[in-house]
Amino acid sequence: MKNVREATAVTTPAIEFVEVCKAFGERSKRNVVLDKVSFSIPRGQTTVIAGGSGQGKSVVLKLILGLLRPDSGKVLVGNQDIATLGYKSLQEVRMLFGVLFQGSALFDSLTVHENVALPLRERTELSAGEIDRRVSATLEQLGLTGHEDKFPAQLSGGMKKRVGLARALQLDPEIVLFDEPTTGLDPVMTREIYELFTTTQQRLGYTAVIVSHDIPQVFSLANQIVLLNKGEFDVFTDADQIGRSQKRFIREFALMVMGQQLSNEKQEKQ
Amino acid sequence: MNQLASESDRQNPVLRGVGGLGGRALYVLTDLGRMGIFLFYALIGLFKRPFRFREVVKQVYFIGAGSLPVIFFTALSSGMVLGLQGYYSLNKFGAEGMLGSAVALTLIMELGPVLTALMVAGRAGSAMCAEIGIMRISEQVDALECMAIDPFRYLISPKFLAMLISLPLLTAVFDVVGIWGGYLAGVKLMGVNSGAFFFGMEQSVTNHEIRLGVIKSFVFALLIVWICTGRGYFVQKIRGAGFGAESVSKVTTQAVVMSSISVLIFDYLLTAVLL
Repeated sequence: MKNVREATAVTTPAIEFVEVCKAFGERSKRNVVLDKVSFSIPRGQTTVIAGGSGQGKSVVLKLILGLLRPDSGKVLVGNQDIATLGYKSLQEVRMLFGVLFQGSALFDSLTVHENVALPLRERTELSAGEIDRRVSATLEQLGLTGHEDKFPAQLSGGMKKRVGLARALQLDPEIVLFDEPTTGLDPVMTREIYELFTTTQQRLGYTAVIVSHDIPQVFSLANQIVLLNKGEFDVFTDADQIGRSQKRFIREFALMVMGQQLSNEKQEKQ
Repeated sequence: MNQLASESDRQNPVLRGVGGLGGRALYVLTDLGRMGIFLFYALIGLFKRPFRFREVVKQVYFIGAGSLPVIFFTALSSGMVLGLQGYYSLNKFGAEGMLGSAVALTLIMELGPVLTALMVAGRAGSAMCAEIGIMRISEQVDALECMAIDPFRYLISPKFLAMLISLPLLTAVFDVVGIWGGYLAGVKLMGVNSGAFFFGMEQSVTNHEIRLGVIKSFVFALLIVWICTGRGYFVQKIRGAGFGAESVSKVTTQAVVMSSISVLIFDYLLTAVLL
C-alpha cells in the first residue's frame, strides 16, 4: 500500500488521460463517447467533469477506476497505466480511491454503521473496538449520530449520500470520485452536500473529481472544469471562460445548458 | 461502396438469417466463457482469506434450515405415493415384500437428489439470483470492487460453500422422510410386513447406491449455485433481459429454469456414467 502512495509522488498529476478513445455498441451502430480525450487532474484540487446526459461523464469515472478499459490511449493514476495493471496492483491502486456513487450504492442488508465499517473490516487489521471508534467519529462529523442502526431503506436521499461519503472517506483516500452527488436532491439538500464536500476536502486535502450535470452550481467548487460533448472535450480553469469559447461544441453545450435553465425556471414559476 | 454493399447485405433475408444465427452463436459462446471464468473465480474465492464464516452459517441457515418444511412435505408426499404405487404394482406379482427395496432405491438414487435440487433451485436459487442481480444494478457490486474488496470472496463464494454443504444434507433428510412416507403408506396403510419392508431395503441398498445419490447432490448443488449466482452477477450482460427491476425478474426466472433443466440433464448423464 505504502509503495503505491509513494510512487504517486506529489509532482505528478493525480490522474492523467492521454488520447483516450472509448466507444460502445456494435460496429454498425458505434457510439463514440470519448475521442482522443487528454487532460490532467491536478493533485489536491477539485476537477469537475461536466456534460449532458450520455456524454461519457460516468465512463470517465469507470475508466479511472479500471472498471472499463479504453479502446486506445492511456489512463494514468499517479504514473501507472490502470488498464495494464494485474489484479493485485489494481487492488492496491483502488485503495487510493474513495467513491461516492450516484445512487450511493449502500449495502441494503447492512446498517449505516456496518456500511461505513465495511472497508475498515475488510481492508485493514484494525480491532473491532478501533473500527467502532473510527466509524462513530466519522458519523458524528457528518451529522449521522443516532442513525447508526438504521438500514439504507430507512434513510432520506441526502442521508444516503452522507453515509456514502462517510464510507468513501474511511480508508483516508487520496482521490475521491463523486458520481452525480446531488442527483435527485432538493436545492437545500444539494447545498448541504456541497458544504459537506467543501469542509471534508479542506480537512482531509484529497483530490476531488466531481462528475455532475448540476450546472452552473457545481462550477463554484471547481479549480478545473472538463467539458465533454459528443466525444470532444475542452478544459477550463474558470467557468467564465466557457462562455467565451469559440469551439462549436462548447457553444452548443452552453446553449443546451441555457435552455435547460430556462425550462427549470419556467417549471419553478409554475 | 462498402457502405452500399453492407446496406444491400442487410436487406438480404438469407444473409440476415445467417448473420443472426452467427450473432446468436457468438453470444452463446461468449456467455459460456463468461460463466466459466465466473465459476473459476468463485471456486478460487473459497480459499481466499479472510474467510467469511458467519456469512456461510447465515447462508446454510437460509438454504438448509429455511428449505426444511418444503423438503419435508415433498419427501413425505413422494414417499407415500411411491409406497402406494409400489404396493399395487408389486402386489400383482405377489412381491410386496420388495416394497422397502423399491422405495429406498428410487428415493436414494433418483427422487431424493433430483426433487431436493429442484425445490432448492426454486426457493433458494431464485433468491440468490435476485439478491445478486439487485446488488449489481444498484452498483453495490461496483462499490465492492472500488473498495478493493473481491466480490467473489465476499459475496459469491460463501453462497457456493453454503449450497455445497446444505444440498447433500437436505437430500439425506429427503431420503429419510421419503422412506418413512413409503413405510406409512405401505406398512401402516396397506399392511405390508414391517420386517419384510426393512429387510428388503437392507439387502438392496449398498454403499454404491448411497454414493451415487451423494455425488448427484454435490453436482446439482454446484450447478444450481453456479447458474443462479452467475446469472445474477451478469444481469446487465444478458441479451434481451432489459433494464432495472424487469431485468432482475427475467433473469431470475431464466436462472431457475436453466438450473432445473441442467439438474435433469445431469441426472441422466450421471446415472448413465455411474450406475
